[in-house]
Amino acid sequence: MDLDLTPEETAFRAEARAWLAEHVPATPLAPPETARGFAEHRAWERTLYEGRWSAVSWPCAYGGRGASPVESLVFEEEYHAAGAPVRISQNGIALLAPTLLAHGTEEQRARILPPMARGETVWAQAWSEPEAGSDLAALRSVAVRADGGWLLSGNKTWSSRAVFADRAFGLFRSHPGADRPHRGLTYALFPLDAPGVTVRPVGRLDGKPVFAEIFLDEVFVPDEDVVGEPGQGWRVAMSTAGSERGTALRAPGRFTAAAGRLVELWRSAADPGDTALRDRVADAVIRARAYRLYAYGQVSRPGPPPEAEASLTKVFWSELDLALHETALDLLGADGELVDADWAQGWLFALAGPVYAGTNEIQRDVIAERLLGLPKGRRG
Amino acid sequence: MRFALDDGQTAFGRSLDGMFAAADTPSAVRAWARGEHGPGRALWRRAADAGVFTLAAPGGLGGVGPLPVEVGVAFVEFGRHCVPGPLVETVAVMALLSRLAEAGEAAPAKEWVPKVCAGRARVTLAAPARAEHGPRAGRAAAPAGGPYAPAADAVDAVFVATAGAEDAEPGRGPVLRSIGPARPYALDADAADAVFVVTSSDGEAADGDAADGLWLAPGHGPVLPSVDPARRLAVPAAGGERLAAGPAVREAAAHARLWAAYATAAQALGVGHALLDRTVAHARRRVQFGTVIGSFQAVKHRLADALIGLEFARPLLYGAAVALAAGSPGARAEVAAAKAAACDAAYAAARTALQVHGAIGYTSAYELSLWLGKARALRQAWGSPEDCRRDALELPH
Repeated sequence: MDLDLTPEETAFRAEARAWLAEHVPATPLAPPETARGFAEHRAWERTLYEGRWSAVSWPCAYGGRGASPVESLVFEEEYHAAGAPVRISQNGIALLAPTLLAHGTEEQRARILPPMARGETVWAQAWSEPEAGSDLAALRSVAVRADGGWLLSGNKTWSSRAVFADRAFGLFRSHPGADRPHRGLTYALFPLDAPGVTVRPVGRLDGKPVFAEIFLDEVFVPDEDVVGEPGQGWRVAMSTAGSERGTALRAPGRFTAAAGRLVELWRSAADPGDTALRDRVADAVIRARAYRLYAYGQVSRPGPPPEAEASLTKVFWSELDLALHETALDLLGADGELVDADWAQGWLFALAGPVYAGTNEIQRDVIAERLLGLPKGRRG
Repeated sequence: MRFALDDGQTAFGRSLDGMFAAADTPSAVRAWARGEHGPGRALWRRAADAGVFTLAAPGGLGGVGPLPVEVGVAFVEFGRHCVPGPLVETVAVMALLSRLAEAGEAAPAKEWVPKVCAGRARVTLAAPARAEHGPRAGRAAAPAGGPYAPAADAVDAVFVATAGAEDAEPGRGPVLRSIGPARPYALDADAADAVFVVTSSDGEAADGDAADGLWLAPGHGPVLPSVDPARRLAVPAAGGERLAAGPAVREAAAHARLWAAYATAAQALGVGHALLDRTVAHARRRVQFGTVIGSFQAVKHRLADALIGLEFARPLLYGAAVALAAGSPGARAEVAAAKAAACDAAYAAARTALQVHGAIGYTSAYELSLWLGKARALRQAWGSPEDCRRDALELPH
């Protein structure tokens, strides 16, 4: 048992670190919730692409680097340690792309992935609906068969970055007569500027338009923009959900870097005699380390990890993220309530963690039923 | 990178699991709690025959190690099956004596390590917490406790590592010292062939007994019951034969504490899994309101949280094993993180186990009680949660 990197992996880390040191903007970009900030972040995605760092785990043919799972974790460690910008392309690169690689056609991969890697097409997720949150299979938006494609209608909501994004991937009820709610769904891709689409920004707690409602009125989607078989969308979507909950979207490097900054804050700001705060800082450090080592363990095993393991990681990282930021705000004292400060913004972001990507209550159900073998029961 | 058990390590764990599962360890624990060491010694012998103790000792002294990963695998199974006896202390004694031998004090190691490896001698150890972790280091109101030598009544030797005149003479120390015992306890001294005691010179005064020294205790005080019926605590008698002295003892004792904390973390992980497994089984068969309670979301979520705690403690444990194997200076922080996480996870599993079992879980007659108390006792053994968190701040990030 070891944690050693191969010479190739060590060289990969050094190359990533050197590139980031040279290219990460010295001054922070404008917030991505503004038109200017979004444009700046899109330009950063292009810079990443030109260095071939925008989608390291993808095959080279689509603009990736064919990085191994270990290298992908290493890249995220370096990326976050370098304090590099938020990735506005992350929902495409980390969620849609693995879905296309698993369920898409070669034509779809070749057409969709390269512009995604270049930051030309930024993707948003369009799953939740006003009446379908945790119970995603209760969704009501429909896909109606049309000549050469489908007409999408309905109301999607809580779609991150949809205010400025270009396209979205969503789930639609295409076969209303199916015997179970999660059957008869279709996974479809649509442009956010198509005729019939209305995007209405939604303010987060601090008012920033980080997400949006999407209204669709007979939006035409050609057959080539359906992922997987029509009617099989649930199975395709669950593959996306596994990416969303696991290490791909919220890599350990994000939390080890944040824990490192927390320790620095503690050393500079805390009363060393305050052992209650010290213990909370230590807990953040310990849990970030645990997540990192857990991920190393996952990539050391052959094959992909069981889907239900993503539920373990999702509960773990979302609670870690929140506790870590809460500790930082407590350390900051009176300054902790200044909403535009980095730690407060991070806390606002972390607050959503236990809710999105399937609430932690749903994840605990999955853990209990699939990993512990407890019987299914009615929720609640 | 291969951060996973290999096939041989996995098979080793399975074989110990099978061996102890077939050995009725709960009956051995109950006998042990009454001071009847026969069944426990039989388990001890089987563990020795399986080579467990050789894993902690170097080749020149009858061992095949030290192999921290394999030691961790074994201690997870010890915890899972509630195997009684000063197992952690045995590993710590071997770490201590081996390190002393490396520093040129080979006689105690040559005398004891081969016997322990072969299962022919049972030993225990009493050592004070690291000086900077004592109550005087600012841990206000934390009762020092111990170090007791667990199972001092069941071993052949109690090794004692003491720290400072204040530990020896509580009347001279701060008032808080009076909360804990004057000297470290030895676990299961009544079952030991040797009770080793480490003393250290951290105190203000340095009488002979308080200087850095390794002693073979001449006996032990009355055996005190623990919240874990498998742990029997006794204060080693003062004096006895001094086996070694000086800075090498201090350094070796620090090394021994590291191994003790690591083995305790592994044991705690096994305890937590045993508690969770039993509780899941209970939740699947216990019927209330016309259905099994394991179908209720409130029950499921507690059990899910218990699993999350254990699943994320495991990589910390083996991360610590890798650091120990490498002799890395970061091992202390890695071990501390593993112990904090594993003991927290085990104790959380214990609380969940008790809650989900309901009143039956609160009875001594029910087997669950054997693990519940251990989850509590291990938290404090060989490094309190606070001490571990302080050390873990040095983790790489």
